[in-house]
Amino acid sequence: MSASLGAVGVAFRRRGVPATVIVCLVVLAAAFLAVVLGPVLFPEATKQDILSSLMPAGSPGHPLGTDELGRDILALTVAGAASALVGPVCVAVGSMLLGILLGTLAGYERGPLDFVISRWTDLLLALPVLLAAIVVSGVFGGGYWTTVALLVLLFSPSDIRIVRAGVLEQSARPYIEAAQMLSLSRWRVMFRHILPNVSSLVITNAMLNVAFALVAFSSLSFLGVGVPPGTADWGRQLTDSRAIMFDNPAAVIVPAVLIIAVACAVNLVGDWLGQRLTRSGGLA
Amino acid sequence: MLAVRVLGTLAILFVLSIIVFSMLHLAPGDLVKTLLGTRPASPEAVAAIREQYHLDDPLPVQYLRWLGGVLTGDFGQSIRLQTSVADAIGSRLGLTLALCGLAFVAAIGTGIPLGVQSAVRAGGVLDRVGTALGVIGLSAPTFAVGLLLLYVFAYYLPIFPVYGGGRGPLDTLYHLILPAITLAAGLGAIVLKLTRTAMLRELDADYVTSARARGIPEGRVRRLALRNAAIPIVTGASLLLTFLVGGTVLAETTYALPGLGTLLQDSVLFKDLAVVQALTLLVALVIAVIALLADLAYLLLDPRVRAKGGTA
Repeated sequence: MSASLGAVGVAFRRRGVPATVIVCLVVLAAAFLAVVLGPVLFPEATKQDILSSLMPAGSPGHPLGTDELGRDILALTVAGAASALVGPVCVAVGSMLLGILLGTLAGYERGPLDFVISRWTDLLLALPVLLAAIVVSGVFGGGYWTTVALLVLLFSPSDIRIVRAGVLEQSARPYIEAAQMLSLSRWRVMFRHILPNVSSLVITNAMLNVAFALVAFSSLSFLGVGVPPGTADWGRQLTDSRAIMFDNPAAVIVPAVLIIAVACAVNLVGDWLGQRLTRSGGLA
Repeated sequence: MLAVRVLGTLAILFVLSIIVFSMLHLAPGDLVKTLLGTRPASPEAVAAIREQYHLDDPLPVQYLRWLGGVLTGDFGQSIRLQTSVADAIGSRLGLTLALCGLAFVAAIGTGIPLGVQSAVRAGGVLDRVGTALGVIGLSAPTFAVGLLLLYVFAYYLPIFPVYGGGRGPLDTLYHLILPAITLAAGLGAIVLKLTRTAMLRELDADYVTSARARGIPEGRVRRLALRNAAIPIVTGASLLLTFLVGGTVLAETTYALPGLGTLLQDSVLFKDLAVVQALTLLVALVIAVIALLADLAYLLLDPRVRAKGGTA
């Protein structure tokens, strides 16, 4: 992994980071702060207080107002960042690791193992992620981390395919033949020699998967699946505040805009990173 | 070549049908209670359910009986709506088809021209605006776009109704405009991205340079390039469909439209498994068929593939 982190470093050190990317990085840094500091700053964000229900934005003590349960929108939104963002990042990292393992095995070992893994990805790709997640998560129940595990499984086919294609392309090259001639173990060839050369593709895809997972995750919690009621979570907040959307618009507009902003920022940084990494010596 | 493709599709559908069938047996809780729904669990009712669903038969026999029903259009009874699943789906299909159709037309109508223009003047103002809109369209979840559009076009500028399906064809159409735009935002972004990438590649090709050098009018050159760019755009159709399935559920929920998406969501939350099974299979079937048709369109659009496919 140190080789791939080095590649990211190279991408950053190059001159001329575009202004949009800087803005996106600021948005992501703010989101990261909210994830880390949210529970510290607003430990009682989900506490209900009927006496102060439905206050409009700009009320004293409640800059963004409150919802019908008297929860402060600002506190709820900052505290909701953790639930809305940690899951998607775990999904992207998890499906990346699964993709690296299965994709490398399929691409390097070929044969029956490749056949089984490839048919497995075909099967998973035949169903839309969101539909499968709604059905499985809704019918079988399960909490936050079950949903994360389910999405890891549903996101993995794209990672598996990308890694497999990269490994297939690399394993035909002379340096792999040389490594095999030195009778290095197959695990060493796969993960010390081939993997660093496909890492730029993998990292770019994982970055874009964070954006997709964010959308999928918030969609599920908007539909009332995956995140239990009463949790501080952006998607959940949108469902809960649907009834009061015209009484206190901030309760809906703020989390909706935040979801869009973070997803856009992740996508743009991912695209930019992808272009930089592929130009700086990774796979074309 | 084509036969292998069809067989592969059938194999995937077969495996999926087994998974969908097992869902009923794997779902947590007592199967009989799930099937009884809200009815009281008297011994007679339980016996009747066991009899009606042939629960005492071996699983493979149950599966074959269920599959036979599915293939003849009999998906069983909805415990929530107290009607046959086929009726429940049939009565809501029209609205979802109209919504998807409208969104599709809007997405193609804006995505392709904008994609072509972006590619022709790459780096220009239109291209940059288009790329920015594309990123937002691709990143923003359908429900977030829907809620924001509700504020703008139903609250601050009360042009469109807030929710519901409307009465009569014209009123329904009026109620569908905002949801269709919501859905088209994501779809159009995908079309725009596919079109722009494909057109950029074609406009860079030697035949375009040669056509321009011969003095062939720019409009005709672009039509030629677009025809060749059509292949990757059509191949992306399954991508559009995958987005459309999830997007429809979200858009219908956001605007409280009585379509298949809300039917699925309600049935999932109510554990009305017969409806969930039917809808899951239906979506898998539609996606498989569209993917096959996209491959066939590929044959029609590219004479080279057609020639190769004929000999193989």
